[in-house]
Amino acid sequence: MNINATLIIQALVFFVVIVITMKYIWPQILGAMEEREKKIADGLAAGDRAEKELNQAKAKVETLIVEAKEQASHIKDQATQMATKIKDQAKSDALAEKERQLTAAKVEIEQETNRAKEALRQQVSALAIAGTERLISKEVDAKKHADLLDDLIKEI
Amino acid sequence: MASGEGGGAGDYISHHLINHTTELVEGNSFWTINTDSVFYTILLAVLYLWFFRRVAKKASAGVPSKTQNFLEMIIGFIDTQVKDIFHGTSKIVAPLALSIFIWVFLMNFMDLIPVDLLPWLGTLVGIHYMKVVPSTDLNITFGMSFGVMLIVFYYSFTVKKPFVLGYLKEFATHPFESPNLLVQSILAIPNIFLNIVETIAKPVSLGLRLFGNMYAGELIFILIAVLTLNYGWSDAFSFSGATMGFVQFLLALAWALFHILIITLQAYIFMMLSVVYLNMSHETHDSH
Repeated sequence: MNINATLIIQALVFFVVIVITMKYIWPQILGAMEEREKKIADGLAAGDRAEKELNQAKAKVETLIVEAKEQASHIKDQATQMATKIKDQAKSDALAEKERQLTAAKVEIEQETNRAKEALRQQVSALAIAGTERLISKEVDAKKHADLLDDLIKEI
Repeated sequence: MASGEGGGAGDYISHHLINHTTELVEGNSFWTINTDSVFYTILLAVLYLWFFRRVAKKASAGVPSKTQNFLEMIIGFIDTQVKDIFHGTSKIVAPLALSIFIWVFLMNFMDLIPVDLLPWLGTLVGIHYMKVVPSTDLNITFGMSFGVMLIVFYYSFTVKKPFVLGYLKEFATHPFESPNLLVQSILAIPNIFLNIVETIAKPVSLGLRLFGNMYAGELIFILIAVLTLNYGWSDAFSFSGATMGFVQFLLALAWALFHILIITLQAYIFMMLSVVYLNMSHETHDSH
């Protein structure tokens, strides 16, 4: 159990072991541990943030939906109103058109009637002349008896 | 399962307590190397460094392998312990604590290998004396405790300003101090005396504690092995031989199980005290 040079060798080996541990073992493993710790902390923070953002987004979506619904009902109301308006317009247009066509038709009928009456009158006057000619067997001077004829025509 | 070599129990025991030595200088007892201690201590150091380096090289912040996880557990534990005790900024203390803890643990662990196994293998290759537990060699434990003290001195000299003088001043003014210069100079005598004792006691107690525990533990394993010293393999089926073998097995088992606690505890104590001493070297007493 003597104290001998083994002590010196052991002390030297001890320092070598410490230096190697300090340079090539401790920083690598502890560094990895700390980095992982940081990663996990970051991950958890990101998770929290994401949850918060999700909640915000949900709230936003809710308000958007409510707004959209309001807008939709508004648009529906407007559409209904417009439809009614268009329908009324169409109705009144149709009525006006009917009225117009009716008056036009009436006017035309009247004109036709007048024309027919005129034609008839002409024919009747011609007939009357012819009849009178035959009756007196003498040519009637149309010019001399124009007044007479006109009276006749009017009478017809 | 002791082999029946040699004569009595005394021979057997003392044979187990002799180191295999190599003389560096002929006839000089100091310049001698305990070859077995040096061999095993370096072997264990290499084993420790290789194992940890293998993991450190591949250490990733991603999902750790099982081995990395295991080492991280140890390193995390030591890092917490060191941070609790050591308040300086030195980068050496935590790696030092790790080195001491693992290395001393491995040395102590050699105690759990059956006492005759490695020496028996040694005799097969012509080595007749072998102590397999480096921490039962006073040179090894003192080598480490003096190594720790050298680092402590280094920090004591450099941290306590001015260089060296700061440390010497503390040597003379603590633990007893007085504002009166005359009283202080008288108190310097007991102060210096106490500090010399303390400075010597630190490394000696550090080394002796580990040595004493491991030496005693090893001795008990040897004593348990002595139980069947006078029996050979041929007695294994006789009543007394089988009984003694069984008793030896039970005792060795019980002691080994208990010893697992001791070897870990001693490695832990050695580490913690080293850190405590290093912390003391970083402390200045100006705040008193």
